[in-house]
Amino acid sequence: MAATPTHFSVSHDPFSSTSLLNLQTQAIFGPNHSLKTTQLRIPASFRRKATNLQVMASGKTPGLTQEANGVAIDRQNNTDVFDDIKQRFLAFKKLKYMDDFEHYKNLADAQAPKFLVIACADSRVCPSAVLGFQPGDAFTVRNIANLVPPYESGPTETKAALEFSVNTLNVENILVIGHSRCGGIQALMKMEDEGDSRSFIHNWVVVGKKAKESTKAVASNLHFDHQCQHCEKASINHSLERLLGYPWIEEKVRQGSLSLHGGYYNFVDCTFEKWTVDYAASRGKKKEGSGIAVKDRSVWS
Amino acid sequence: MGNESYEDAIEALKKLLIEKDELKDVAAAKVKKITAELQTASSSDSKSFDPVERIKEGFVTFKKEKYETNPALYGELAKGQSPKYMVFACSDSRVCPSHVLNFHPGDAFVVRNIANMVPPFDKVKYAGVGAAIEYAVLHLKVENIVVIGHSACGGIKGLMSFPLDGNNSTDFIEDWVKICLPAKSKVLAESESSAFEDQCGRCEREAVNVSLANLLTYPFVREGVVKGTLALKGGYYDFVNGAFELWELQFGISPVHSI
Repeated sequence: MAATPTHFSVSHDPFSSTSLLNLQTQAIFGPNHSLKTTQLRIPASFRRKATNLQVMASGKTPGLTQEANGVAIDRQNNTDVFDDIKQRFLAFKKLKYMDDFEHYKNLADAQAPKFLVIACADSRVCPSAVLGFQPGDAFTVRNIANLVPPYESGPTETKAALEFSVNTLNVENILVIGHSRCGGIQALMKMEDEGDSRSFIHNWVVVGKKAKESTKAVASNLHFDHQCQHCEKASINHSLERLLGYPWIEEKVRQGSLSLHGGYYNFVDCTFEKWTVDYAASRGKKKEGSGIAVKDRSVWS
Repeated sequence: MGNESYEDAIEALKKLLIEKDELKDVAAAKVKKITAELQTASSSDSKSFDPVERIKEGFVTFKKEKYETNPALYGELAKGQSPKYMVFACSDSRVCPSHVLNFHPGDAFVVRNIANMVPPFDKVKYAGVGAAIEYAVLHLKVENIVVIGHSACGGIKGLMSFPLDGNNSTDFIEDWVKICLPAKSKVLAESESSAFEDQCGRCEREAVNVSLANLLTYPFVREGVVKGTLALKGGYYDFVNGAFELWELQFGISPVHSI
């Protein structure tokens, strides 16, 4: 199946309050080839913000001929990208999907994963790759620096996933995985006090502030890289502690139907360190406000 | 919990269905779902599932078959990453992009959340997504952002089912899925009489378009798209039929004409 370039058209009406983007969808690798057009409206407030770009874009004397669209994307590169994604999907379909067709058919009806995994968005640490999770095994949340915000406040994206996986899918294990050379933790460690509120990154990593504080308290004499590594691990424990702040999570952990685990993937020497939260022992610590207790720590190398 | 409570449960269901015949379809769908869930759960090693052994095996295999057989790649990756793709995928256990699109370590910076949604620019409420996009676009300089929806998405089903009238039954889920309310409105307007499953299928795709439009509310994304250094794509993985759809969002500013 050759991938023909998708057709686009853009219509701008300078006098109207909205712009129209036209998308044409083409099913390239599916059983049905269909072409349909969707239109999206872009609101006025957004166009106003974009007008300064309009002024900058017109470097030449305006003429009567109108270009079909002002998009500068190199068409050749674009076809390469479509082709790349197509080859990737076909490889999956041939090497995995068709090989295990029965399993995929069952999965299509329902998923019953045993894990909720919270991992970093870093391209090098996909839990499916590093820990061999197969489709159906792990409900996965990935964000910058695998952080968990507190129940009562903070950014909301991760929380819906926690709620769904714990209360609807009834996962039995939550695994928070951190990793070496984490850019998000590095940003947290470099940040000054409350951070630059103009930056999204700072607004997010500040969620891990307590881990930074505990790191500074014990490791400020170490080289910055070692401090970061310490913080990477402290942050995992901090997230685990935060998880216990979600009432429906704590309830299940208390009942014994849910276990919390921490993991640290070091891709410099390819080792994986893992530990489990000891809830009973943690409750004592909670009263002191000093974190969680862990057990069954081991390192695989 | 033994045979007795199972028999009681079946009897109670039968009795209900005799009284309320109209519930038969709903009951059949739910029983089918339960059967599938139990089948999936039992097919994966139910005897004594040790989560730690499971991940240990996974890691040891990864190290032996991938890491150690490719020292050049992993050596480079240890120093830094330069993925060409940023991917938004659903947290659903069945749709990991590393499997579906065969991404290897280093290929794709991946954010996963319920129903692969990209919320609009909000420094406080959605700092997590904003941080990921900012990092990917400004620091990693990815060339493509791909938002991938999928079939049988629980989040989209929730979006289509919840009344979303302010009386939330969940702590966070309704507040999250309402990000793609425009997709629900569009689908209901265009196919009000279609079957619910069909509406969900349309909404799964429309929600991707809402997310693509939301991406443009981030100034650094808009700038990259207009300059031509960043492309935005939508995808749909249909695991019921083993198919994948791919499309693109194009956005640009035409030259100015003096009237």
